[in-house]
Amino acid sequence: MAIIVDEKTRLIVQGITGREGSFHTKLMKEYGTKIVAGVTPGKGGQEVHGIPVYDSVEEAVKAHPEANTSIIFVPARFAADAVYEAIDAGIKTIVVITEGIPVHDALRFVNYAKSKGVTIIGPNCPGVISPGKAKVGIMPGHIFMPGNVGIVSRSGTLTYEIAYAMTKAGIGQTTAVGIGGDPVVGTSFVEALQMFEDDPETEAIVLVGEIGGDMEERAAKMIEEGKITKPAVAFIAGRTAPPGKRMGHAGAIIMMGTGTAEGKVKALESVGVKVARTPMEIPALLKEVLKK
Amino acid sequence: MKLFEFEAKRIIKELGFPVPRSVLLEKKDDPVRKMKEAGLKPPVVVKSQVLVAGRGKAGGIKMAKTWDDVVRLVEELFNKPIKGLFPRYLLIEEAIPHEKELYAAIIIDRSERKPVILASQYGGMDIEEIAREKPESIVRYHVDPFIGLRAFEARKIGRSIGLQGRLLNSFAAFLQVLYKVFEKYDADLVESNPLGVTGDKVIPLDARIIVDDNSLYRHKEFEKDIEVTGEYTEWEVKARRMGLAFVELDGDIGIIGNGAGLTMTTMDLVYLHGGKPANFLDIGGGASKDLVKKAVGFLMEHPRIKKIFMNIFGGITRGDEVARGIVAAIEELGLKKPLVVRLSGTNEEEGRSILEENGLTAYTDPVEAVKKVISL
Repeated sequence: MAIIVDEKTRLIVQGITGREGSFHTKLMKEYGTKIVAGVTPGKGGQEVHGIPVYDSVEEAVKAHPEANTSIIFVPARFAADAVYEAIDAGIKTIVVITEGIPVHDALRFVNYAKSKGVTIIGPNCPGVISPGKAKVGIMPGHIFMPGNVGIVSRSGTLTYEIAYAMTKAGIGQTTAVGIGGDPVVGTSFVEALQMFEDDPETEAIVLVGEIGGDMEERAAKMIEEGKITKPAVAFIAGRTAPPGKRMGHAGAIIMMGTGTAEGKVKALESVGVKVARTPMEIPALLKEVLKK
Repeated sequence: MKLFEFEAKRIIKELGFPVPRSVLLEKKDDPVRKMKEAGLKPPVVVKSQVLVAGRGKAGGIKMAKTWDDVVRLVEELFNKPIKGLFPRYLLIEEAIPHEKELYAAIIIDRSERKPVILASQYGGMDIEEIAREKPESIVRYHVDPFIGLRAFEARKIGRSIGLQGRLLNSFAAFLQVLYKVFEKYDADLVESNPLGVTGDKVIPLDARIIVDDNSLYRHKEFEKDIEVTGEYTEWEVKARRMGLAFVELDGDIGIIGNGAGLTMTTMDLVYLHGGKPANFLDIGGGASKDLVKKAVGFLMEHPRIKKIFMNIFGGITRGDEVARGIVAAIEELGLKKPLVVRLSGTNEEEGRSILEENGLTAYTDPVEAVKKVISL
């Protein structure tokens, strides 16, 4: 098993005729992901890398009823509409790669998806890969390998760095999820953690966090409450970064001291999570916790 | 994008809630004539329109009791930098006697993924202290983004901070307008602090709006010169104009990375090994040769930066493209400062051979590379 995407994934690419969409369709296909259709309004009838293109998700699903997942490369202004379109066409897992989506748009489609029981990953994320099974994202496939460790990350390239270090050390991954860097994302750290906890194949979890927000603190709380029993190790980026821009008094009130790298490291260490000082230390920490 | 107080108040008024009467002044304007045209007379408050926090405590807000005061204070405030920033505008506003100051704001709660209303009966400059010491005195109320803030909910929030009667209705009406502003202008934040109470009405004595940068394409009216925001240093302004994601720090090792997480981690690694990062510069995903050239050139020119460390892990970013950008920058500007490159991921072999042909070596291990740059 794996989480979110696996060998049963049948993918639709929204925005398949664009530069990024087309490029990554090729790479995902080469990796072995089963891509059944592409969608670009007004370009129905074409083919991209041998994949049929439709004008709407509805038509794509009608022609390929096995479709269960969508990846979105649509430009920011039209991305929210693309998400709603996929949800209404019955797609249950949606990965939003697009960067720069207005936060109010994300706020609405994330709440809409939740009410329909749809899983959204992103926006502004590298996607999801279950090595050897499916890649629904823009990460370089060759740095991952199948295994028993789940990775949940707020950052793209940093995930690559850590996955590569793990792979070189012979530690493979069940799934790596890049949840996205925007203020509002469809699947949070806590939710991804719960999925790994429930996945029988995952034996340990790597948390890759960064400054800002309180997702890491919430993850620590979950571990403390005993909801996560699998061993976890972590890396937090931004120990030396200057504090971000203040959002008026309201920002300070709502955050109440969470959000700093120090605070996150402390919260995680206090519940027994080993926090690496560099990404390269992650494999060694994993070997330690996997031995037990 | 932060809006000026006068912009925020104009918006609140447009959406239906009264704000203090005022005139907006530029340096060339005659304050007395402008005030008379608008039917304003002392006492008034003269407020420096700068986008920095703590404006009141920094002396940017003054009370003028007479016409002479007005002339003197306008002159004074136009020539007084607030945290290094001279105001382009002053706002002259009727002085409103008020018996109490409340607090009201709307922000996005990232964890709940819902807008949250914050309200308190203890508004004013010390609101953050109150939030720490008496957190129960700040009410939080989550709103369904599809339904919006309904009147009975706004009244409920008002009651929970101890308001009653007509004052409660006035507060609820204000909250609903604030919520409309939040939605219509794609706000990250709308805030009124203090929200004055005069008799049975509330009136926003100050107002702040921060518009989500990602939504600016649908709010072109707010596009402003980034220099006036006061948020950026001289080199940050320069970088933004060139399209570079650059944040200035106080060390001497220039940093370039791809992706915010990796770039921050690069800074952390430098720090961990005893160096001091001079900046954060993220070339993002899929950077072109030209962008790389611009980034390297920019740090070569920066006077405080003594050496440069570039940490690239190629995903969509291609190693050969990065290498070509580095070579182009050096060809144009010369290798003025030591440059250490770490290159891994997509097309790293091609990238490395391009660098070697031009007399540069690239590391694969970031820690080795960091140690090298610090030893230089």
